[in-house]
Formats: sequence, C-alpha cells, structure tokens
Amino acid sequence: MAGALIGIPLLPLLGSALLLLAGKRLGERGSAAVGVGSVLLAALLTAWVIAGFVAGGEPYTVTLGQWFSVAGLTVTPGLHFDGLAAVMTGVITGVGLLIHWYSAAYMAGEEGYSRYFGYLNLFVAAMLVLVLADNFLLLYLGWEGVGLCSYLLIGFWYREPANGYAARKAFVVTRVGDVALAVALFMLVGQFGTLHIETVVDRAWQQTPGTHWLALLLLIGAVGKSAQLPLQTWLPDAMAGPTPVSALIHAATMVTAGVYLIARSHELFLMAPPVMDLVALVGGLTLFLAACSALVQTDLKRILAYSTISQIGYMFFALGTGAFSAAVFHLMTHAFFKALLFLAAGQVILSLHHEQDIRRMGGLARPMPFSLACFAIGGAALAALPLTAGFYSKDAILMNGYALAGGTPAWFLALAGALVTALYSARMVLRVFFGEAVTRPDPDRRPALVVPLAVLSVLSLAGALIPRPLGDFFADLGRGGVPETVHIAVLAMPWLGLAMGLGFWRYGGAVRDRWQDSALAAWWRRGWGFDTAYQWLLIRPFIGLARANRDDIADGLTAAVTASGRAANAGLSALQNGRIRWYAAFIAAGAILTIALVGR
Amino acid sequence: MTDQALMALPVSHGLIFAAALFCVGLAGVLIRRNVIFMLMSLELMLNGAAFAFVLAGAVHGNADGQVMFVLILTLAAAEIAVALALVVHLFHWRRSLDMDALDEVRD
Repeated sequence: MAGALIGIPLLPLLGSALLLLAGKRLGERGSAAVGVGSVLLAALLTAWVIAGFVAGGEPYTVTLGQWFSVAGLTVTPGLHFDGLAAVMTGVITGVGLLIHWYSAAYMAGEEGYSRYFGYLNLFVAAMLVLVLADNFLLLYLGWEGVGLCSYLLIGFWYREPANGYAARKAFVVTRVGDVALAVALFMLVGQFGTLHIETVVDRAWQQTPGTHWLALLLLIGAVGKSAQLPLQTWLPDAMAGPTPVSALIHAATMVTAGVYLIARSHELFLMAPPVMDLVALVGGLTLFLAACSALVQTDLKRILAYSTISQIGYMFFALGTGAFSAAVFHLMTHAFFKALLFLAAGQVILSLHHEQDIRRMGGLARPMPFSLACFAIGGAALAALPLTAGFYSKDAILMNGYALAGGTPAWFLALAGALVTALYSARMVLRVFFGEAVTRPDPDRRPALVVPLAVLSVLSLAGALIPRPLGDFFADLGRGGVPETVHIAVLAMPWLGLAMGLGFWRYGGAVRDRWQDSALAAWWRRGWGFDTAYQWLLIRPFIGLARANRDDIADGLTAAVTASGRAANAGLSALQNGRIRWYAAFIAAGAILTIALVGR
Repeated sequence: MTDQALMALPVSHGLIFAAALFCVGLAGVLIRRNVIFMLMSLELMLNGAAFAFVLAGAVHGNADGQVMFVLILTLAAAEIAVALALVVHLFHWRRSLDMDALDEVRD
C-alpha cells in the first residue's frame, strides 16, 4: 500500500519528465499515450488505494525521508492518506483522467502537443503532492508547482502577447496569496517548531496567541489560489489557455487548492472564530459578485470562469460557517459539472471554429443535440435543480449555512446567489442553443471528445451518490433545526431563477437589450471594476516608481562624480575649438592679466 | 632727425604711439579672418614693439634699442617668408583664406 501511495503522484511526474525531455521523439500518438496513460495508471492506483482505505478505515502515512534539518527544524515529509485526501485524489485523478483523454483529441494537430501533455501531467502531479502532503512544506511545494503549471498552461499559446499577459497576471496575483502562505509557514515554525500538519493541527487546540493571525494568513493564501475576493481578477483572464486547461484549473486542480487548505487546517480556523466569519463573508460576497458578473458576460468561457469563482465562493461560505463536509461535497460535485461544462464548451468552440462569443451563437440545439444535453445537465447541476449532483451539495451548504449562520449577510448573499446562478445558467443555455441560428456549426463528434463528456454527464447527475469516506474527519458544527419555510425558499430559488431566465428569453427582448447596454451591466461585465481599481491603485504607482527608479535614485552620489567630470571635460574641450583667433585672444587676455598682476 | 628734435617730444607720447600701434595690430589679428590681413596685423604689432625699443634706446642713449629693431626686422622677414609660403599652400589646398574654416587643429 505504501508503494502504491507514492506511485500516485510519481506516475504523472514521470510522465511529465518523459514528455518534456523526449516529447519530440514520441510523436503525437506516443505523447498522448504517455500523457493519458500515466494519469490512467495513477487513477487506477488511486482507486485501489481508496478501496484499501475504505476496507481498512485507518489513515496512514508514508514517510519519504529527511529533506533537511536546519536551525532546529527537521523536515521529514511524507504522504498522508485519509478521508479528505481520498476525496481529493479521487477527484484529481478521476476528473483529470477524463480531461487528459479529451485533450488528446482537442489538441490534435496543435504545435507543442507533447509539451502540452508534459505540463498537464506536471499539473496533476503537483496537485497530488499538494493534497497528499503530511507536511506544510511539501504542501507548499505542490502549491507552487500548481502555480507554475497554471502559468505555463495559460500561456500555452505564447505567441499571442495577450496570453502571455494573462499567464503573468495569474502568476503574479496568486503570488500575493502565496507570500501570505509562506509567512504563515514561518509563523508555524516559530510557534510550533514543526511543519507537520497533524502535529500543528493537534496543538492548535491549545490556542496559542498567534492563531488568529495564522488563520488569517492561511486564508489570504487560500483566497489567492482559489480566486476569491479580492484576488479573483486572474481567473477570468486565465481563459487564454486551451479550453481543457480551463477545465483542469477550474475543476480538478488549482482553484480547489484554497478550499483544501482551509479544510485541511480547519481545526486551526475553528480556534479563530473572527477569521471563520471572515471566510464566510469572503465566500458570500465573492459568490454573489461573481454570479452577477457571469450574468452579463458575452464570452462563453468567461461565463464559466465567473461561475467557478461563484461556486468556489459557495465552498468558502460553507467552510466559514463550519459546514466543512458540505464544502468538500460541493468541491467534488462542482468538479464534475464544471469539467462537463468546460469540455462541452470546448466542443462547441471547436465546432464553431474557435468562436467563443455567445452573441454569434444560437440555434445550436438542432445540429448539436449531444452538446445541448451536456450543457443542460451541467447547467442544471450548476443551478442546483433537483436530482442533479449540484442540488444535493448546494442544498447541504445552504441548509447547514442557515443552521450555523442563518440571518447573516453572507447567508442572504448565498441565497440570492442561488437565484442568480440559475438565471445565468438559463441565459447561457438559451443563448447558445436556442433562438435563431447565427452560424453554421461543423459538429465535432470524435469519440475521445464524446466519451469523457458522457461520463461526466453521468457523474454530474449521479455524482452525489458517490460515498465520501470522510468519516469523522471533520468535527462539523452541530446542525440545528431549520424551519420549513427556509427550506422551501432554498428549494425555490433555482426554479425562480430558471423561470426568470425563461421569461426574459421569451417575453423580455427589449428589456434584455436595454439591460445589456446599461452602465450597471457594463460595470458587472468588467468584474465590478476590480481590474480598473488595481490598475490605478497598484499597477500605475508601481510602474511610476519603477520608471523613476530606472536610473537608480540611490546611485545619484556616484553618478554626480562622473557627471561633474563630464561637465568639466565638456567645458574644457569647448575651449579647444581649433579657431586660431580665439587662441590669440586668450593669449592676449592672459598677457594682459599677467601684466595687470605683475604691475600692480 | 636729430636727437634734439626727438627729445622735443615727451617719452610718454612715443610709448602711447607704440602701444596704439600694437593694439591696432592685435585688434586686426583678432578681428580679421583673412589670413593675409592677419599677417599684416601681426607686422603692425611687431612694429609697435620695435618702435618701443628704438624709443627706449634713444632715451637711454644706448644703441641696443636699434640693434633690437634690426633683429625684429629680420625676424619679421623670416616669419613672413615662412607664413606666406604656408598661405600659398593653404590657398592651394582649401581655395580659401578664411582662418575660421581651418579648425581641424581641434581634434
């Protein structure tokens, strides 16, 4: 079992090394075989490990050996497998496998095919290291690896300057959170003298004075990686990468890392109630603001990007209210239906020859019924309509949220968000698949595209039935009674949103057009102006400072010496002008001066 | 010209004349751009200096002043011989006698 556990992150890592070092010789078929095969093996291994864990039931750790020992800190990282790790590895390898498979067809004929799979495998490997680490330092390694791979993949088509910009933005914005996480690690070493996660979490119950700060720093780290307020600006721009990459970032890896971090160290957060409230508020605000932005986007992938921010906001809200298992539940179902939506969107985009603007789509229901089915299932799960996976997880979040934090602003935001979510899901499906046909699609129905979509559709419907071996990992806060009226309100919100969406679609043409042209819609479309604000508050002052400092202000002193030398040189060489009459004049002047001095 | 006639003038007048001659020459050197005129002005300066020598020799009753005058005369002749040769060469080279155009010495 120990070897199998090490194999889970190792296989994609080896695959990535092989692809990046010898990718050119493998050719397209070989690259796909290595790329998909390594994740397939890792997924099978994960299934076996999970089966063993469910049968045995005991968490266990495999120590990898001593990493380093310096200044009283000895780091001996290992891989730890427990209920949370089981859910995470299952999602990462399972959904990751489907995305790899899909990519093999989606990226066919693209330049850098093996490089793509190399990055993809490395992404999965880094994420697996992140969730399996029993040590915060190893977790940080995976954390940074995920950040690196997101940069590489968002900027995969690097010849386009805009893609490079989006990649750098993702890297730099998440870095803000990473710095906070790094500081949190230093604090952990200072307070506990160890980075071993279980030890730290156990000692957290003793409530050391710095726990609040520690939890806050971890929260900032999680906010950066999971694209929550106020560091959410990188995710909509991350759409520059290939569509399966977006699916991987949004569903299986990367953005769930922040949720995982908080879930993993939840005991620490429980010791800091104000920070817990902050987590819930961040989640509530994010989910509502992002849902509003998703409502007015015109780019299909950006709608999905904002919906991801919004759904991760739900997970943060659940974490903040103390409903940890609901958060992990939603993480899993969200991975299913968001991967489904992204991959189905990829198929639509391919069929329309890389058209992403929903205003130039429409009427695709007839030529592409399979895509419609995928979108309908994914959209229903996103909107949390009954009998889909998303329904159960979001219901758990909202009901637990009411029991634990009913009446707080965050809870009302979450409730309103459910309505807006259904509204934008309905708008997306209706705009793309119904109405007048604007373009003639060229439906792409290769089996490698269709089969993963079918599997994900089934998971999006029935994913809630998958047992999650969390056991008593989370000491979820007790759930009190929830009044029947609240339950009805929670259940009614998605239907209300859907009805509004259908109503606006059918009868509200003029209102819809006026709304889309309004200033408020434009403001939402720009993501509530966060980018503009950061442009003025941070980027411009920084660039100004950098401009001013380009000729090193501090070097002024030494520069003054050379400048005075140069000035003297210029002055003296001006005298040496080669004009004989000037020389004569100076000789005369000198003679007069000398005589004046001598004759005085 | 007898000594008495010479002595009838105050020494200062002679020196002022010499200085004036020198200054006219100097101004010519500084102002004129034509190299021929500059050389002529240079002759004026030399003559101003030579006149001062002759005057001093006469005042002191000493022949050295006149010796110096003859020396200056030969010097001027030698100088002008060389200078005119240079001027001829310069004109062949540049087709111009403008001194200001000739600033290559700078580099």
